[in-house]
Amino acid sequence: MKKSTLLRVSAIAVSLAFVTAACGSDSDSSVTEDTVASEVTEDTAAAAVDGVTCEGVSIAFFGALSGDAGNLGKNIRAGADLAVSEFNTANPGCQVGLVDFDSQGDPAQAPALAQKAIDDAGILGIVGPAFSGESKAANPLFDAAGLAIITPSATNADLNDNNWKVFHRALAGDDKQGPAIATYIQKTLAAAKVGVIDDASEYGKGLADIVKTTLGDAVVASDSIDPKAADFSAAVSKMKEAAPDAIFYGGYYAEAGKLAKQLRDAGVTATLVFGDGVKDNGFIEAAGPAADGSIITCTCADGASNAEFAAAYTAKFPGETPQTYGAEAYDAAKAFLAAIAAGKTDRAGVLEFLGTYDAAGVTKQIKWDETGEVAGNAVYAYKVEAGAIAVIGLIE
Amino acid sequence: MSLSESLRSVTSGARSVSRLGEALAKQSRSVRWSFGAICILALYLLPWWPNVPVLGWIVETPGTSFPSVLTDQVVIFVLVALGLNVVVGLAGLLDLGYVGFYAVGAYTVAILSSQHANLPWLLCMPIAVLVSMLAGVILGTPTLRLRGDYLAIVTLGFGEIIRITANNMHWLGDSRGISNIATPPSIGPLKFGVLDAKPYYFLGFTTILIVIFLLRRLENSRVGRSWNAIREDEDAAELMGVDTFKFKLWAFAIGAAIGGLAGSLYAGKVQFINPNNFPLQLSILFLAAVVLGGAGNMWGAVVGGALVAWMPERFRGFADKRVFVFGVALVLVMVFRPQGLIPRKIRKERWLESWKPSSGTALGSKE
Amino acid sequence: MRDWLIYRTFWDLTVTGVALGSIYALVALGYTLVYGVLRLINFAHSEIFMIGTFASLITATNVLGLPMLEAGDYPYRTGFQLVLILLACLLGSMVLSGAGAVALERAAYRPLRGSGDQFGAIVLAFVTAFVVGLVFFDTPKSNLIFGIIGTGPIAWMYLNIFRRGRQAPRLAFLISAIGASTAITEAVAIWGPRDREQYQTPRVLEKKTLFQLFGTDIRIDYVIVIIGALLMMTALLLFVNRTRLGRGVRAVAQDVETAKILGVNVDFVILITFLLGGVMAGGAAMMFTLVYDQSKFNIGFLLGVKSFTAAVLGGIGNLKGALLGGIVLGLAENYGSALFGGEWKDVIAFVLLLVVLMFRPTGLLGESLAKARV
Repeated sequence: MKKSTLLRVSAIAVSLAFVTAACGSDSDSSVTEDTVASEVTEDTAAAAVDGVTCEGVSIAFFGALSGDAGNLGKNIRAGADLAVSEFNTANPGCQVGLVDFDSQGDPAQAPALAQKAIDDAGILGIVGPAFSGESKAANPLFDAAGLAIITPSATNADLNDNNWKVFHRALAGDDKQGPAIATYIQKTLAAAKVGVIDDASEYGKGLADIVKTTLGDAVVASDSIDPKAADFSAAVSKMKEAAPDAIFYGGYYAEAGKLAKQLRDAGVTATLVFGDGVKDNGFIEAAGPAADGSIITCTCADGASNAEFAAAYTAKFPGETPQTYGAEAYDAAKAFLAAIAAGKTDRAGVLEFLGTYDAAGVTKQIKWDETGEVAGNAVYAYKVEAGAIAVIGLIE
Repeated sequence: MSLSESLRSVTSGARSVSRLGEALAKQSRSVRWSFGAICILALYLLPWWPNVPVLGWIVETPGTSFPSVLTDQVVIFVLVALGLNVVVGLAGLLDLGYVGFYAVGAYTVAILSSQHANLPWLLCMPIAVLVSMLAGVILGTPTLRLRGDYLAIVTLGFGEIIRITANNMHWLGDSRGISNIATPPSIGPLKFGVLDAKPYYFLGFTTILIVIFLLRRLENSRVGRSWNAIREDEDAAELMGVDTFKFKLWAFAIGAAIGGLAGSLYAGKVQFINPNNFPLQLSILFLAAVVLGGAGNMWGAVVGGALVAWMPERFRGFADKRVFVFGVALVLVMVFRPQGLIPRKIRKERWLESWKPSSGTALGSKE
Repeated sequence: MRDWLIYRTFWDLTVTGVALGSIYALVALGYTLVYGVLRLINFAHSEIFMIGTFASLITATNVLGLPMLEAGDYPYRTGFQLVLILLACLLGSMVLSGAGAVALERAAYRPLRGSGDQFGAIVLAFVTAFVVGLVFFDTPKSNLIFGIIGTGPIAWMYLNIFRRGRQAPRLAFLISAIGASTAITEAVAIWGPRDREQYQTPRVLEKKTLFQLFGTDIRIDYVIVIIGALLMMTALLLFVNRTRLGRGVRAVAQDVETAKILGVNVDFVILITFLLGGVMAGGAAMMFTLVYDQSKFNIGFLLGVKSFTAAVLGGIGNLKGALLGGIVLGLAENYGSALFGGEWKDVIAFVLLLVVLMFRPTGLLGESLAKARV
C-alpha cells in the first residue's frame, strides 16, 4: 500500500502522456484548413493582383465519412474538394478551406456537429447534409443561424416542406423521381404487372410509395424487406407467385444486389428497376450477373460523361472516376465559391447571393426557386450492361 | 507506457475519489454540505469548462460542439444510466432493451406536441414519464416471472418491437420521424431555443440532481432493502417474506419512468426524432455504461454514463477506430476491474464490523 | 391479396424457412452449449459466425484461387471438384471459427473466472499495445510492429494481475463479451480490404432445382444446408452423449464444484465447449455463404440475435431445443412475413418468443444440457 502513491503518480503521468498523444493525433486530422488559412496571409500580399482576395473563409462538408455510409460521403466530399482546390489554384489571394463534419449519417450526432459548424464564424456555407434523416435533425439549427446549405444528395420529397430559408438542393427530389420511374416502367418497359419492394427506410419507402401511388392498379404485389437481414425469401416467393413484368425496389445498393441475386436464383425473370440509391458499382459487385439488364434511375447526372469534369477529377484523385453525387457536390461547392468570389464574406451575403445565382453547372443549369429546389427536373435512366452502369438518357 | 497503466491510474483515481468520500463522511455536516454545494456549482458551469486552461483541454470535444454534446449525449446517458442502474444494479434484472422505454418517452412527447396534438412540453413530459412507466408495467407483468437470462432476450425483443413499430406505423411518423417537437418553455433569461444548448443543460442537470435525490431516498427505504435481498438471493428473499414479484415490477417501472424522462428531455432538445435514434446497439451501450461505472452504485452509473457518452466525442480524431478502441477498453476494464470503475460498496452493518469473513472472495474487492 | 398469396407460396416458404432455420439452429448450438456450461450469454458468438463466413471466402479465393466471375458468369464447378471445394471451405470455416472461439474464451472470459493464463495475457497485451500504437502511428504495419514489441512487458504485467485469481460477477462476463464482439467486428470493418462494404464469395455451386415437391422447386443448396445441419447436429449429440469428453461437458454443466472434486479439468472442458460451439458456427457460416454468397463485418449481429432467440425458444441449454427453436423461428419468420409484410419480420420473431415463454417459461423443450439424452 505504501508504494502505491508513487506508482499512482507515475501512472497518472503516463496516462496524461497518452491523452496528450491522442490529442496530438486528432488535431492533425482536422488541421488541414487551418494551415491553408495561415498560408493565405503570406500569399495575400504577394499575389493579390491575381483574382479575388479573402481571408479565413471556408465552406464545410457535412455528412458521413466513416461508418456504414462512409463511402457515399467520401464521393461527395471529393467533388467539393475538387471545386475548392480548383478555386484556390485560380485565386492565390483567396484560399478557401474545406472543413469536414463527419456525422456517420447518424441523426443523433447531427445537431452537435451543426452547432459546431455554426460556432465557427469562418464557415460560410455547407455542402450537405448528405442524408434526409440528418438533414431533418441539423437543418433547423442551420436555419436559425442563417447558414446556407446546399445538399448534393438528400432527395427526400418532404424536406422542403419545412420553410427553411437556408435550404437548397443541387438535384431534383424524389417527388420528381418517383413519377418518372412509374412513367418509365409503364411507357418504356410497357409493363402491365408491376411488383414493388422497399426496405422500410425513409428514403426507400418514400420513393416506393410515390411509385406505387403513380402506378395505381398496375401494382400486383408489394412487400418490405429488412435491409439488415440476409434472407429475403418471403418477398422473393411473393414476387415469384405474382409473376410481374417489372419489379421496382426502393432502397440502397447493397440490399438491391442481394435481392436481385435471390430473385434471379428463384427464377424470377421480371425487369428490375431501381432508384438513385442503387447507382453504385457496389450493386454490380453484389449482384454479379444478376444485375445485367437492370434499370437504375437517378436525378443525378452522370459525372463521368462530362469529359472536362471527369479529367479534372482523375487528375486530382489519380485512378478514380467521379462517383454518384460527386458532380452535384462539385456544383454545390462552386455556387458557394462564386459567392465568395463576388466578395460575400458573411453568411447573410452568401445566402442572398444563392437566391440570385444562375450558372451552368456540370450537371445542369444551377438556379434555385424560393423553396430551394433546383430548376428543371431532369431524371436520368441508366442501364446495367456487361457489368457497368451506362446512361441511356433522360426520362420523358 | 500502456493502456493498462493509464487504466490503473483511472481506477486508482476512482479509488481516491471513494476514499475522499470516506474522509468527507467523517467531517462535520457543514463541511460536507459546502463541499457538495461547490461541486454542484462547478458542474452547473460545465458548459464553460473548455475555457478553463488545463481542465478545458481535457474535457473539450474537438470537432463537435461541447455544450451540445453535454445536452444531447452526456445528460441523456447519465439519466438513462441512473434509471437502468435501478433495474440492473439494484434489483439485478438484466435488461437489454432499455432503449425501448427511452423511445416511448421521446415518442410520447413527439406525438403529443407535434404529430397529433399541440400540447406544451411541460405537460407532455409528465405524461411521457407515466406512459413509459406503464410500458414498464405492461412488459414486466408477464416477463418478470421468467428467470434472469430469459428476461434479457425478452427485453431485447421489446426494444426492437418498439423501434420497428415506430418505423412502420404511419401514425407514429414511420421512418420519416417526427419534426417540430415542442421545446421546454422559456423561464426569464433561460431561453429554450434552437441554437443555445446551455439552458437545456441546466434543465437536464437539475433533473439529474432531483432523480439522484429521489433514488437515494428510495435506496435507503424498504424498497431498496428488498431489491438488495432479491439481487443477492431471490429464493431466500422470497422465503423471508419479500414479495419479490412486486418489488421487481417496481424496479422495472421506476427504471422505465427514468428512461422515459430522459427520452422526453431528448425530444424536447433536438426537436426531431426518428426510429434510427433508437437502435438496439444503444441498449447495449446503456448497459455498458452502467456496468463500466459499477453496477449497483449510483455514482458509478453517473460516471459510467458520462464517460460512455463523452469519450467517443472527445476522441473524434480516431474517427473510425474509436468504436474498436471502445470495445477493447470494455474487455480490459472487465478483466482488470470486473466490479466497474466505482464498485458498489457492500454496506458494512455494524454487527459485521466485528465479524470479518475471509477477505477477497467473490464480491470483496480488497483495495 | 395477402391471404391467397400465403396459400400459394406455402411450400416455397416452408423450404426456405427450414433452410434458414437450420442455419439459426447451428449457431444457436453455440449459445446453448456455452450457456449450459457457464450460464453465460456468449454475446460474441455472432462474431465467431462472421469469422466463419470470411474463412470460407478466404479459402475459396486466396487458397483455392477461385475468381468471382468467369467470362461474365459465376465460376461454376461440377462433380468431384465441386465436392472438394465445398469440403475445403467447410474445413476452413470450422477451423477458423473453432480457433476464434477458443481464443475468445481464453482472452475475454477465462481471466474473469480467475484462471487467466499466458495465452490470455498475451492476446490482451497485444491488443492493448496495438491500441496504444493507434495513437502514435497511422499505418497498420507500424502499428502491428509496435503491438508485437509492446506485448512482452504488458503480458508479464497482466499475468501478475491474473495471479490474484478473482472471480468476476456475471454481468462482467456479459460486458466483456459485448466488448469483444464490438472489437472483432470493428477490426474487420477497419482493416478488412473492403472496409464496411459487403464482400462476395465465389459461387461454385449452380443452384439447380433437384426435384419438385407440392409444386415447389427444391433447390440443391437448400438440400445441402438441411442435410448438412442434421449431420452436424447428430455428430454433436453423439459426441456429447457417447464420449468421455462429452461426459465431462455434461458433468460441468450439472455442477461445476462436484465435477472439479471428481477430477474433471473444468477449464479444459470449457475450452472444448467453446470449440464445439465455434465449429458448429463455422459449419453454419459455410452453408450461409453457399446460399447467399456474401459476407460483411456486421453480418453476425442480427443473425446472432435471432439464433439466441432460437436457443431460448427451444429451451436454452438444450441441444435438441436449439434445433427445434431454429426451425420454428425460421418458419415463423417466413410465414409471418408473408402474412403481415416483411417489415414486421423481427416483431413476429420476438412476439413468438414472448408468447412461448409465457406458456412454457423455460422454452419449448426446456431441459438443461446436463440431462440431454439421445
